Amino acid sequence: MSPPLVEVSAISRSYAMRSGMFGRSTAVHAVDGVSLTIRKGEILGLVGESGSGKSTTGRIVLGLEPPDRGEVRFDGKPMAAPGTAAWRAQRARMQMIFQDPLGALDRRLPVAAQIREPLDIHGVGTIAEREDRVRELLRAVELTPAHGARYPGALSGGQRQRIVLARALATKPDFLVCDEPVSALDVSIQAQVVNLLCDLQAQLGLTLLFISHDLRVVRQISNNVAVMYLGRIVEIGSADDLFARPEHPYTQALVSASPAPGRRSAGRIVLAGDPPNPAARPQGCAFHPRCPRAIARCASEVPALSSVGGDRQVACHLVSGAETREAA
Amino acid sequence: MGRYFAIRIGRAALTIVLVVTFAFVVLRLSGDPALMILGPEAPPEVLAAFRKAWGLDDPIWLQYLDYFGAIAKGELGRSMRDGRPAIELVLERIPATLALTLPAFFLKVALGVPAGIYAALHRGSGVDRAVMMTAVAGFTVPSFVLALLLVLVFAVQLGWLPSGGQESWRHAILPITTLSLGGAAVLARFTRSAMLEVLGQPYIRTASAKGVPWRKVVTSHALPNAAIPTVTILGFMVGTLIAGAVVVESVFAWPGVGRLLVVAVANRDLAVVQCILLLVAMTMVSSNLIVDFLYGFLDPRLRAKGAHA
Amino acid sequence: MTDATLKDTAVRRRISLPAIPVSVALAIGWIVAMLVIAAFAEKIAPYGYTQLDLRNRLAAPGNVAHWLGTDELGRDVLSRLLVSIRISLLIAFGATAISAVVGTMLGFLAAHFRGGVEQFVLMLTDFQASMPFLIMALAVLAFFGNSLPLLVGLMGLFGWERYARIARGLAISANAQGYAAAVRQLGATPSRIYLRHILPNIASTLIVSTTLVFPEVILMESGLSFLGLGVQPPMTSLGNMVGYGREYLTRAPWIMLAPATTIVVTTLAVSVIGDWLRDKLDPTLQ
Repeated sequence: MSPPLVEVSAISRSYAMRSGMFGRSTAVHAVDGVSLTIRKGEILGLVGESGSGKSTTGRIVLGLEPPDRGEVRFDGKPMAAPGTAAWRAQRARMQMIFQDPLGALDRRLPVAAQIREPLDIHGVGTIAEREDRVRELLRAVELTPAHGARYPGALSGGQRQRIVLARALATKPDFLVCDEPVSALDVSIQAQVVNLLCDLQAQLGLTLLFISHDLRVVRQISNNVAVMYLGRIVEIGSADDLFARPEHPYTQALVSASPAPGRRSAGRIVLAGDPPNPAARPQGCAFHPRCPRAIARCASEVPALSSVGGDRQVACHLVSGAETREAA
Repeated sequence: MGRYFAIRIGRAALTIVLVVTFAFVVLRLSGDPALMILGPEAPPEVLAAFRKAWGLDDPIWLQYLDYFGAIAKGELGRSMRDGRPAIELVLERIPATLALTLPAFFLKVALGVPAGIYAALHRGSGVDRAVMMTAVAGFTVPSFVLALLLVLVFAVQLGWLPSGGQESWRHAILPITTLSLGGAAVLARFTRSAMLEVLGQPYIRTASAKGVPWRKVVTSHALPNAAIPTVTILGFMVGTLIAGAVVVESVFAWPGVGRLLVVAVANRDLAVVQCILLLVAMTMVSSNLIVDFLYGFLDPRLRAKGAHA
Repeated sequence: MTDATLKDTAVRRRISLPAIPVSVALAIGWIVAMLVIAAFAEKIAPYGYTQLDLRNRLAAPGNVAHWLGTDELGRDVLSRLLVSIRISLLIAFGATAISAVVGTMLGFLAAHFRGGVEQFVLMLTDFQASMPFLIMALAVLAFFGNSLPLLVGLMGLFGWERYARIARGLAISANAQGYAAAVRQLGATPSRIYLRHILPNIASTLIVSTTLVFPEVILMESGLSFLGLGVQPPMTSLGNMVGYGREYLTRAPWIMLAPATTIVVTTLAVSVIGDWLRDKLDPTLQ
């Protein structure tokens, strides 16, 4: 097995949020004790509803914001503090793909200039080499040099996301965080972009953290999957296994709600209760108010993430029994 | 709601502190006060005594605190021209200024607000275009030009009204007209855009789509909401009652605070200038506070938010 | 939006640009004329602006020697007007440039550092917006006396708070989501983010604000000069001329009417251009 590229240990991040303009501020725990390991060349899918803290996790993993507690190590070394020169230099090795490609591009610059920008920033090669690299990148994302002369406003959504991808790949990074990279695109274009991402990942040996609420996309692309609920990882395991045999009641609900070929929607689990609100986190297991199988213990005690055999880990009082069962 | 007002009052106090700081910094940057007040020919021992008496040898932060203390006690210095306390000079001019600016303020509101509302309700009509054109003129014609034009027409050419002085009520007509015309135009333009903004809101369309009579939509939905931004600008206008008279009082030789300020600046009578500066700051701050309090009552959202804060 | 509609709007925009309304064309023409006058005032002027012609004192306009007449000392009103335009525009341009640069920079600093720096900048903008500028300007003039550089600097403090607010607001939203955040995570330095990306993106809004501040600076300067507290004789500016002409309102109203008309038409022209630009560049700005 390849060595780990990114090691995340017990990171937490909370924000002060005010209710209304003059209300008192309350701490919102966006991310609460998340640990992950991403190996070189691996694609880890991070799944969760909005408000689950998956985007914040992505930003911390990429070093865009510091965790309140815990640590992120990249290639064995701790992440530099945001905004420092060391941090800026580190950006050449890790990049982000955004949900909204139009927002991530500067509308007032031709896209070729924007693809070239990381090369300018990090002083890679001569001017002529940079121009060559831009053409090469445009080809790599299946666009032509003619597209490069256009402005973001004159490209389609899918084309823009390819530009963002080309820009992210310019400095030959090792690690990409993709935050909902295709959810703003038409379904027909989603597949193209995901396929392109898969191809490039295989060609370049990229390591990816792929954040999405869309299980179909995650299933298509990921080797391993982590499921988040209200700032914590509730289940993590290899993608095929996890989708075939979800253990956590929340994962089960997600998988059953996601259409899959050859399965009837009859067994769909419909979650009751309010959607998760990070500002009002329930006691005990955060999922217990909506859990169809909750017991008394779930309301008082937070379940720890523990191994249930193989590489699967689950945070659920009901499932942790499985560990003892298998051990027996 | 208490928190809301606490913030506002804190900010008002902060503005006053900043004005005092501004006056202090400008005063200290402009040169040695001893030299300035006693003149360059003053003997060195007199200068030294003066510096000692006024604490000018103290560290700067101590002087700053002393300055605050003096202002808090109302010690604003004496006019260099006639040696009278500056505050007395300023206070005795206030009635003359208010005699111009208060009627002008009411005229502005009486002309500007209805014109703005009417223009907004009859968008694109002749009246609307006339209001907009007048408003543009009100912005581009400076008050001193307007004042001189009025003098040229009504005093010089027609000889109906006096061109300056303060002998009778007829002397106040031209200054008041000058002050009101410009302000009314600005107010009309502002009210119009506030009304148009509100009239474009979905709840207005919803109300009229539900069959609420248009007159009722306007009076019970549009006007109250348009009142909020209009009150802000009115508050600002109250705050400029004194400052706004500077130019007009000078043109019409009207012995108010504004003219006093111009004369004091020309003579570098620092105590009087500083006193007027503080007076203007106080009026601005208090009128802003009043507006903020009015807001609390006009804006139900603010009330609701305050209620559970 | 599909590619076809995108192209469509792009084409339509390109076609509609040259269609300038008559009022805007006139306004632009006037401003260009003013700029030419400001640049070549001394060369165009038929007489020196302080040159006396004692035989032709208070000559009425339409005179062969003095098109716009002369004043009490027989100085040519046209020549004085041309030089006044130059001085007034110099002050207005200098001041507008200072306030735009200072305001935008403070806005960017507030957006970049947040926290204490931001609170400090906001406090200053509130203070500046809540105090009538004329009074502050008069206070400074009283304390410091008068000179042209001081006057330009002082007028440069006018209106900076609007740029600061706009720059701060737009930079914060750009930093929070979108291109600025994207460029930042590419490893760009703050100066690159603010100057190469954010500034061009908010330039149109800033330019529209400039068209609001510029006429006000002209009015403010001419007001101060009118009161005798701005530009000092023997130098002359538009407000100065109006102030001087006020003494001869009865006998020679043309001395005052020529500069007064220039002030009004210039501010009107800039406002017309500003309104038009606002509709063109930035429909969201009220």
